[in-house]
Amino acid sequence: MAVVFERPKSLKETKFHYCPGCHHGIIHRLVAEVIDELKLQEKTIAILPVGCAVLGYEYFDVDCIEAAHGRAPAVATGVKRCRPETFVFTYQGDGDLASIGTAEIIHAAARGENISVIYVNNAIYGMTGGQMAPTTLLGQKTTTSPQGRKAELTGYPLRVCEMLATLQGVTYLERTSVHDPKHVRKTKKAIKEAFQVQLAGKGFALVEVLSACPTNWRMSPERALDFVKNQMINYYPLGVFKSLEEVE
Amino acid sequence: MQKRKVIFQEDLCKGCELCKIACPRGIIKMADYINTMGYHPAQLSEPEKCSGCLSCALMCPDVVIRVERGGVA
Ligand SMILES: Cc1ncc(C[n+]2csc(CCOP(=O)(O)OP(=O)(O)O)c2C)c(N)n1
Ligand code: SF4
Repeated sequence: MAVVFERPKSLKETKFHYCPGCHHGIIHRLVAEVIDELKLQEKTIAILPVGCAVLGYEYFDVDCIEAAHGRAPAVATGVKRCRPETFVFTYQGDGDLASIGTAEIIHAAARGENISVIYVNNAIYGMTGGQMAPTTLLGQKTTTSPQGRKAELTGYPLRVCEMLATLQGVTYLERTSVHDPKHVRKTKKAIKEAFQVQLAGKGFALVEVLSACPTNWRMSPERALDFVKNQMINYYPLGVFKSLEEVE
Repeated sequence: MQKRKVIFQEDLCKGCELCKIACPRGIIKMADYINTMGYHPAQLSEPEKCSGCLSCALMCPDVVIRVERGGVA
């Protein structure tokens, strides 16, 4: 009997600890599928974040390094420069990448490091119990913005792709979402594209994936899908911000 | 086209219903019993109506679903 869909080889059998309906699981699976399809399992070194994906080394069946909070792009830089024959990607949340790790991601991008970044933007600090992130939408309620985020007090949400698109060192940038099957397929394509940029030695690539955190958004997984579709995409438009063709 | 068979590994399911929402034919329902984690797992209510489109498998955040071709659906 032919198998049409199954657990990718690069994903261990271990049960995810993620909350019901959390999109981290979908994104993990897509990354593992692409690693399998590009036959990268043996040469991959994953750099994991602090955040809910901190236990990623329990799930990805590849070599892994756990970076200090926000420092994954710096660790990835070191690994890739010392071992250029390896395939190196970071997997980071928005608290990790766009808050404490803002400097690291900007400078890795500006240097055009030959690494791939999977940036999971769920507009909140999931792991620590739902505090406001720099990416939290205006009006969005979190434990540290109980009346909803206000621009007068905490400014405006950070659009990472738009910001990095201004940097010459960047080769590939795309923002996607996984709120329905069509967008899941598109996200996988984007991840593949980003990984191929590194394999071709063409420099820095980042895929931002809009992701739901039903638990800390205080929503059912179903309502969280609607929040991504109707609120997040409004502020964080999907699309390719920079591609190899443009750079060449 | 050969029939596709959708298999749910029930003990991995957290009952989030993302597969149920994604199914274009509306044939996924949550079991009335609970699994080892205490969730109502997803299952196919009318397997003969399944087109094998993979929507459920693509959305499942816990890799519960496996799809095979050539089985009796
Ligand atoms: C140096 C340091 N500062 C703060 C923390 C606390 N902390 C742990 S996870 C986290 C934020 C995680 O949010 P995000 O990156 O968005 O990931 P998510 O959990 O939402 O997937 C923070 C602030 C820490 N572990 N280390
Ligand atoms: S707290 Fe949010 S991001 Fe973390 S596992 Fe739960 S749903 Fe996912």
